[in-house]
Amino acid sequence: MEVRVQNIRKEFGRFPALDDVSLDIRSGELIALLGPSGSGKTTLLRLIAGLESPTDGTIFFGAEDASKKTVQQRNIGFVFQHYALFRHMTVLDNVSFGLKVRPSSRRPPAADIRRRALDLLELVQLSGLEKRYPAQLSGGQRQRVALARAMAVEPNVLLLDEPFGALDAQVRKELRKWLREIHDRTGHTTVFVTHDQEEALELADRVVVMSKGAIEQVGTPDDIYDHPVSPFVYGFIGQSNCIDVTLSSGEIWFEDRPIGLRAASEPDGVATLYFRPHDIELIDGCGGCLAGLVTASRRVAGTRHLEIDLGKAHPPVEIELPPERASSTDHTRVAFRPTKWTLFRKEGDVAAVSRQAEAPVSELARTGT
Amino acid sequence: MALDTSTAPTASSKLVKAATSETRVARLTLIAVALGFVALFLLLPLATVFIEAFRKGPAEFATALRDPETFSAIRLTLIVAAISVPLNLVFGVAASWAIAKFEFKGKAFLTTLIDLPFSVSPVISGLVFVLLFGANSALGPFLQKHGIHILFAVPGLVLATVFVTFPFVARELIPLMQEQGTSDEEAALSLGATGWQTFWHVTLPNIKWGLLYGVLLCNARAMGEFGAVSVVSGHIRGQTNTMPLQVEILYNEYNFVAAFAVAAVLALLALVTLVLKTALEIRYSDEIAASRRH
Repeated sequence: MEVRVQNIRKEFGRFPALDDVSLDIRSGELIALLGPSGSGKTTLLRLIAGLESPTDGTIFFGAEDASKKTVQQRNIGFVFQHYALFRHMTVLDNVSFGLKVRPSSRRPPAADIRRRALDLLELVQLSGLEKRYPAQLSGGQRQRVALARAMAVEPNVLLLDEPFGALDAQVRKELRKWLREIHDRTGHTTVFVTHDQEEALELADRVVVMSKGAIEQVGTPDDIYDHPVSPFVYGFIGQSNCIDVTLSSGEIWFEDRPIGLRAASEPDGVATLYFRPHDIELIDGCGGCLAGLVTASRRVAGTRHLEIDLGKAHPPVEIELPPERASSTDHTRVAFRPTKWTLFRKEGDVAAVSRQAEAPVSELARTGT
Repeated sequence: MALDTSTAPTASSKLVKAATSETRVARLTLIAVALGFVALFLLLPLATVFIEAFRKGPAEFATALRDPETFSAIRLTLIVAAISVPLNLVFGVAASWAIAKFEFKGKAFLTTLIDLPFSVSPVISGLVFVLLFGANSALGPFLQKHGIHILFAVPGLVLATVFVTFPFVARELIPLMQEQGTSDEEAALSLGATGWQTFWHVTLPNIKWGLLYGVLLCNARAMGEFGAVSVVSGHIRGQTNTMPLQVEILYNEYNFVAAFAVAAVLALLALVTLVLKTALEIRYSDEIAASRRH
């Protein structure tokens, strides 16, 4: 089912956890809410579920206004971070709980409930464990019971709060793949919360990047990675470097020299240049480039990461190169130029006003390729 | 039971001692001190009660208990406990639920208030009700006019007992419920369960062991309470004397066998409670362990 979040605001006491958030979730999609802790992603999930009520704003399930409905009436499936399995019930009783508590007019016969619960346990590959208690299961198995329990009520939307947060890395990877398969097979509209970008980018159809109670960007994993719309997204997703630069008649200057990048339509002033460590080319002989001494070099799997000191006033930048290109550059001077980059400007900086550390950020200024 | 960990490896244990194992002497001394203390301060007095009760033989013991005043005291104690324990059970669950699962103003105040009966002397607790319902109080004339007897009657005894045993269930449940959090309840609600279904099928099973301990403690104290009850009872023989009060009266009359006979019954009730608790713990040990561990 399609879920539309409109201008939602949520305050805890006087602290706004979410500020004017709007989001359209398409029917049948698997969407991730990604952000650091305190970004409001779990609050948004709980608001959709009806476990919290918004201070302001509306949530639609299809064409229906769900804001006025209780959590029971919304018919959602919620998987909690620590699963919240009923510890005194067997796996089978846990999975059938949602059907057993229905009023008799809507409750399927006991035999049907049992069959449906067993079918779900088969779907989550836990056949044969229906008589176990939660304490007798591994973390990954508990997680799957929680998912089966949530799916048993045929929810309008499946909501998962940090579904893999409490699992070790190996199990996490397996379950991630498996969740994608389950989603493709059952087609439930699914929203999950995560702080793990790898998880979000790998698993979701679309990713919602959140920060400080607001949505920074919504897009496919490719969009989010290749075209970040804000410095926050650039910095939060993947690796990135940022350096302070100056614009002068369409040229980008670093300190006292142009670096060979042009932003023709941009007015003069200061700006911040963002680029990813692997989006660079090495240049022989510097006619417009960034240059500095290699201060550290690390081999990470198939690439070599070089840390480069651009000068005392700047934080070091990191670039990634194929190992064969980098072997000769240790402790030497390298010259390079970003091949894909983005300029962000702070409001008021256009006329070369003095820089402010935490000033609000204006629209994406210009993206170069 | 404490010893069996040390006996396993023989040859290697001489070389490298496990960090947590004490020498044999230290261990035996600790165990001896603990057992000695328990024997001296718990078992000896308890044994004395039974020895004194049977000093003049089982026949005297039985005669003492057949006394109508004593019989009425036993009955009254059971009635008071039967009323006040369920009252505090309901209150304890409600208060713990409110404190553990909701955020509201005055929560810290309520938590402190629950502890009040623990910190106030029972005699004062009793006195409060005398001041509240006594003939000279504001309510006194009204009660008298309508023939409502609170002081020197069962209602007064129940009130004083409820007040004194107020914290037992709540104190037991609050930390337990706080630790368990609200996600189990949220899970049940999200699956469509109503508030009552959530309480019966999820909350209650989660807290049942804590609740049982709380009720047992509450019951033990309700039957054994002396101070508060003494103030409101009026010591009317055969009418408002509970067992602890009856013990005191008999003792003051140098009727030692009868006094210890009643005391023995009271101790027996406490022992039954303890045995019951232990039996349940053994019977459901797996389940208790599972509910704690998870």
